[in-house]
Amino acid sequence: MLADWTYIGIFILVALFVPAIAITFAAILSPRVPGTLKQSAYECGMESVGKSWIQYKSQYYIFALVFLVFDVEIVFLYPFAIAYNQLTLFAVLEVILFLLILVAGLVYIWRKGELEWA
Amino acid sequence: MTINDLNTILPLVVLAGWSVVVLLADLWIPKDRKGWTAALSAVGLVVVLGLTLARGGTVQKAFFGTVLVDGFALYLDIIFLVGGLAGIALAYDYLKRMELERGEYYPLLLIAISGMMLMTYANDLIIVFLALELLSLPLYIMAGFARFNLQSEEAALKYFLLGSFASGLVLYGVALLFGASGHTDLPGLVNTMRAGTGNQALFLFGAALLLVGFSFKTGIVPFHMWMPDVYQGAPSPATAFMSVGAKAAGFAALMRVFVTVFPSLSDDLTPILWALAAITMVVGNVLAISQKNIKRLLAYSSIAQSGYLLMAFVPYANAEVSSDSIAAMLFYLLAYTLTTFGAWAVIIQMEQQERRGLEVADYAGLGKRHPWLGLAMTIFMLSFTGVPLTLGFWGKFYLFSTAVEGGFVGLALIGLLTSVVSAFYYLRVVVVMYMQPGDPPVKQNRWVNLTALLAAAVVVGLAFIPGSVLDLALQAVLQLQ
Amino acid sequence: MPLAYYIGLSAVMFILGIMGVLLRRNALVVFMSLELIFNSANLLFITFASYYQLLAGQIMVFFVMTVAAAEVAVGLALMVEIFRTKNTINIDQMSQMKG
Repeated sequence: MLADWTYIGIFILVALFVPAIAITFAAILSPRVPGTLKQSAYECGMESVGKSWIQYKSQYYIFALVFLVFDVEIVFLYPFAIAYNQLTLFAVLEVILFLLILVAGLVYIWRKGELEWA
Repeated sequence: MTINDLNTILPLVVLAGWSVVVLLADLWIPKDRKGWTAALSAVGLVVVLGLTLARGGTVQKAFFGTVLVDGFALYLDIIFLVGGLAGIALAYDYLKRMELERGEYYPLLLIAISGMMLMTYANDLIIVFLALELLSLPLYIMAGFARFNLQSEEAALKYFLLGSFASGLVLYGVALLFGASGHTDLPGLVNTMRAGTGNQALFLFGAALLLVGFSFKTGIVPFHMWMPDVYQGAPSPATAFMSVGAKAAGFAALMRVFVTVFPSLSDDLTPILWALAAITMVVGNVLAISQKNIKRLLAYSSIAQSGYLLMAFVPYANAEVSSDSIAAMLFYLLAYTLTTFGAWAVIIQMEQQERRGLEVADYAGLGKRHPWLGLAMTIFMLSFTGVPLTLGFWGKFYLFSTAVEGGFVGLALIGLLTSVVSAFYYLRVVVVMYMQPGDPPVKQNRWVNLTALLAAAVVVGLAFIPGSVLDLALQAVLQLQ
Repeated sequence: MPLAYYIGLSAVMFILGIMGVLLRRNALVVFMSLELIFNSANLLFITFASYYQLLAGQIMVFFVMTVAAAEVAVGLALMVEIFRTKNTINIDQMSQMKG
C-alpha cells in the first residue's frame, strides 16, 4: 500500500521537475530581443475584439449538449473494446445496435439543421 | 443476451425500436402533416398492445433474471398502452390548437411508455433505476413542451429538479441496499434478508430512501409540493398522461420491491406507511377544497388518490391480506386511469388560448349546452368521489375492505371521512356545470370526445361487473409471488 | 484503507448534495448538487463492488454515468430555454403559479 503511494510521490516529483528544467534552460539560453508583437498577449487566430463578457449564441450550448451525450456514451464502448476477443457474434451485434441508435440521434440533429452554423 | 431474452420482452423491444423509427420518420413529415406522426405512434401502440395480449400470463425471466415478465406486468402494461393511446388522442388536436405542434411529442410519449413497461418487468434494482429515468426524462420534456410559455417552462424545471432529486435518492437507496447485501437483484436481496446475513442498518436506510424517492414520484405528502405547479403549468395532455403513467409506474415499482424484498422490515415501515397514507389523504383532499383552477384542483385530487393507493401498501407484510390488497390497488389504478383520462379529455375541450377556460367558474352552463360532455364530466367526478354505480366506488370499496381485513380500521375510517370531504369539491364542479347559467366555448374534437365518452361508458359499464375485473387483478397478483 | 472511510466520504457528499438542493437558489447550482448526489451513490457502488469483489456495482456505475449525461442534456436545455424567456434561473423567481 505504502509502496504504491511512494511511486506516485516519485512520479509527481519527476513531473514537476522536468518542465522546471526545461523552462530554466530556456530562460538561461534564449537571446532577449523584445518587440511590440512579441510582448502582446498570445491569442491564436485573429486578434480579439471587445470584451469577453458578452452573451454567447445559444447554439454553442446546443453543440455542447449534443457533444456531451455522445461523449459519455463512449463509456460503453471501452469495455466492449477490451472484451472484444471474447465476445459472441450476438454481443457484437448488440453493440452495433447501440451505435445505430446513437447514429439515429445524429441523423435527428442533422435533419433539424443544428449542425449548420447559422 | 440471446434471442430468447429479446423474445421475452418483445413488446418492449418493438415499442422502443418503434419510438426511434417514429422520431426519424417525423423528420421527413412536413409541418402541416403531423397527424401522420400521431397515427404512426398509435399504430405502434396498437401492435404492441396486441403482442402484449398475445403472450398471455406465462411467467418468464430474461437477461440473467434481471427482467421478469408476469401477470402483474401484463396487467399494468395494458393500462400503460391504453393510456398511451388516450394520451395521443388527447394531444393531437390540443397541440394543433395551441400552436405547439411538433412531431417529437409522440416519440417522447412512446419512450416514456417503454420506461413504464420496463418498470413493471424490473426484477433488479438496476433495472428499476434505468426504467425510472427512461420514463422520467421524456416527461420532463413533455411538461415543458409549450416553449416560451413561462408557466410550462417553470413547470418543466421544477419537475426536472425535484424528479432528479427523487431519482438521486432512489439511486443512493439502491447503493445502500447493494452495500447491505451484495445484491441488486430482488431474489438475491430476498435470500439475504431471509438468511439474516445482510447489514440491517444499511438495509433499513436503503429501504427508507427508496420509499422517499418513490413518494416524490407518486406525489405522497410531504413530498408533493411540486405536483400542483407542474400539473398546472404543463400542457394539459402531458399532465393527463403523466398523472396516470408516472404514478402507476411509481406504485408498480414500490409494490414489486416492497412486497418481495422488505416484508421483514415491516415492523419499522408499516407505521410510516400508515402515517404517510393518512396524511396524504387528509392534506390532498383538504387543500383541494380551496382551489379555483381546475388543473390545480385535479392535482390535489391526484395527491389524495395517491393516499388511497398507498393504503393498499400498509398491510404489505401480512401474507394473507397482501395479495387481496394489491389486487384492490390494481383495480383502483384501473379506475383511476379511466377516470383521469376522461376528466382531462373534458378539460382539454374547455381550455382556450392563453390558458383561459381553466377556472371552475368557466364550467358554468356546460351541463345544459353540451349535455353529453356534462354527463361524462359528472360521471368522472362521481367516480373520483366514489359514488356507487361507478368504477371508483368499487375501487374504494375494495381498498377500504382490505384495509379493514388487515386490521387497519382507523385508516379505512380516515379514507371514508376524507372521501366525504372530497365530495365537496368534486360535486362543486357538477353544481357549477348544471346550476349556474353560462355558455362555455367548447372546442370539440372527435378523438377527444371519443376518449371522454368511451372512458365514461367504461367507468359505468365495468361498475356492473366489478367481480370479474377484480378476478383479473387477483390473477395478476398471484403471479407476482 | 478501511471501508468506513469511503462510506463516510460518500455520506458526506450525499448530505452536501441534499443540502445544496434544498438551500441553494440558483438552478444551476441545484443541478450541480444533484450531480453530487449521483456521484456519491457511484462512489458507494464502487466501494461495495470492490468490497464484495462483484462486477455488478461497477456496471451500475456505467449506467448511472450515462443516465446522468442524458439528464444533464435535458436539464441544461430546459435551463437555456427558461433563461431565454425569463433572463434568470433563480428558483425563487419561479412564481407564475400560486394557490
